[in-house]
Amino acid sequence: MFKLEPRTQPSRRLSWASPVLALALTVLIGVALFVLLGKDPLRGLQMFFVEPLKSAYALSELSIKATPLILIALGLAVCFRANVWNIGAEGQFVMGALGASWVALQSGVEGTLFGGWGGAIVLPILVAGVFGGMAWAGLVALLRDRFNANEILVSLMLVYVAIMLLGYLVFGPWRDPGGFNFPQSITFAADTQLPRLVAGLRAHVGSLLALVAVGLLWVFLFRSYRGFALQVGGWAPAAARYAGFSSRSALWLSLLLSGGLAGLAGALEAIGPLGQLTLYVPVGYGFAAIIVAYVGRLHPVGIVFSGVLMSMFYIGGELAQSRMGLPKSLTGVFQGLLLFSLLACDVLVNFRVRWVRSKAPSPQPSPASFPKDGRGGNTRSA
Amino acid sequence: MDALPLLIAATLNAGTVLALAALGLLINERAGVVNLGAEGLMLMGAIAGFAAALHSGSDGVAFVAGAAAGGAFAAIFGLLVVYLSTNQYATGLALSLFGAGLSAFVGVGYVQGKLGERPQFALPWLADLPFIGPALFRQHPMVYGAIALTAALAWFLYRSRAGLVLRAVGESPESAHALGYPVRRIRLAAVVAGGALCGLAGAYVSVVYTPLWVEGMVAGKGWIALALTTFATWRPARVLLGAYLFGGVTMLQFHLQGQGVDVPNQFLGMLPYLATIVVLVLISSNAAWVKANMPASLGKPFSPNN
Repeated sequence: MFKLEPRTQPSRRLSWASPVLALALTVLIGVALFVLLGKDPLRGLQMFFVEPLKSAYALSELSIKATPLILIALGLAVCFRANVWNIGAEGQFVMGALGASWVALQSGVEGTLFGGWGGAIVLPILVAGVFGGMAWAGLVALLRDRFNANEILVSLMLVYVAIMLLGYLVFGPWRDPGGFNFPQSITFAADTQLPRLVAGLRAHVGSLLALVAVGLLWVFLFRSYRGFALQVGGWAPAAARYAGFSSRSALWLSLLLSGGLAGLAGALEAIGPLGQLTLYVPVGYGFAAIIVAYVGRLHPVGIVFSGVLMSMFYIGGELAQSRMGLPKSLTGVFQGLLLFSLLACDVLVNFRVRWVRSKAPSPQPSPASFPKDGRGGNTRSA
Repeated sequence: MDALPLLIAATLNAGTVLALAALGLLINERAGVVNLGAEGLMLMGAIAGFAAALHSGSDGVAFVAGAAAGGAFAAIFGLLVVYLSTNQYATGLALSLFGAGLSAFVGVGYVQGKLGERPQFALPWLADLPFIGPALFRQHPMVYGAIALTAALAWFLYRSRAGLVLRAVGESPESAHALGYPVRRIRLAAVVAGGALCGLAGAYVSVVYTPLWVEGMVAGKGWIALALTTFATWRPARVLLGAYLFGGVTMLQFHLQGQGVDVPNQFLGMLPYLATIVVLVLISSNAAWVKANMPASLGKPFSPNN
């Protein structure tokens, strides 16, 4: 029998070892799954952990997926640290893409607000994306602040509303008239394209933006007064109240920040890899970023690593589909498994595992041995 | 005149999905556990139920399979949150994400699957009554099952000793523990029972409500069910009424489309989600009232050692 003993302080070392352990556990289960499906597990692992890193092209594709994941997860980390449960980043991401597209569709069109901006239009596109995401998250903050409405449910419901709105736009007003009735917008004008990092590869400056965001978020969380106040509110609400830190401002700040970052990710996605608006804007980055944030220990630098890892899961899933005939949804299975394993491994951070010989007499009577009819209520266990 | 009874019938059908899941979550939450994994559990129940129905041809087998899948995956969640005291929100989210992924993975081969001819149900004599016959008495037996379950759960919670213990565990686990009740075992049992009902609701979706399997087909019903427990202030009868109300809102969009209302169908499709937000805002704005009804230890882990 083993027994869990609470630690007096969470172990810092294990807190960083836990994601590695969780990954190992996920890989183990993955190997078992490959064997069960009658596939070569080594080849399977190769798809997930070697192929995505093998060439400049592969790395470029990796950066395309890692950029939105890292941006969104950074914002979520701030929310979760403030104990604000924004799980609707997917909707904020979609709204960012919609805001960005609204500007991008004006490129080169006479008589519109941004028609004559040329290549500089990228700037208002990204700003519109940020505002789109902020508006969606701001709605969550407003309803929470004014009406005490649970942010988990509101932010999640708004995901479905955002996706419906996207559907309306690509089936309706924004549909490409020359697109054979496909639900998609026209391809955005060339002026809207993001500068590429390397000629011939899809990697774009958004990745650099994400890294800048990592730095800024680190400073905000660990070197700024507001960042500190926000986290105290998450860890110890009573202490924060006593110190005079406003829980309302923490709510608004964390939601607007994460909404803005998710919106930025949506804008980059729209004018980057997609280049037009389709029904396939929401691919689950907003949900996967929850896992990225946790696996990265809600720490900006950790999130870079976990974001890259999660992108490997995405690319590995695609490769496993095209080269091994496995369903692409394998990615989702591994993502979920990783978070589950992480939560289980995190127990080690707060508890020490002690092996207890099962025959040793227990020093205290077990609570189950008390009379169950309620009359034992006065018996104290100590 | 013919449309109204059909709308009512469809409302009961859609409401049953939400009622089954929300009653399950009610059991969880009465014991003090919030399970954000409802959506994932429903998806697992949906694919398990659909596969079972396809292979066995029997609704009963499908429901058992769905409930078993829901219960089994809820048990993983339960072991983590109850015995290892992991964060209930994070673990529930993990379950939702994992359920979505795994159901899509397992279900790949079933996407084209077609269930055989669906039987028509009709209660003898009652089904032939004008208006109320087609509105109320031509439903799948599970619709009446959900009503019976509501009554049974209300009796269990408020009239039985076991129900009293369950509520005590949710209100004050310390007191229940001091009285000698195995708090963690009771919570685990509640989580498994609740998960089984979520799985059953999922199976009802894929076997009866929209008899087919598509990835992510539950489309947020698990989350709406979660909101329902709050709307209903954790009372079974109110959960059932709320479920029918939301079933009605869901069905209204199809009804309005059928009537040729000139609103893009995406906006009609937003209705259930917007309605959830609106009702949530209305209910939550009275914070004191919600707090008075909420199980006092909701979301808080309990460990007998400290």
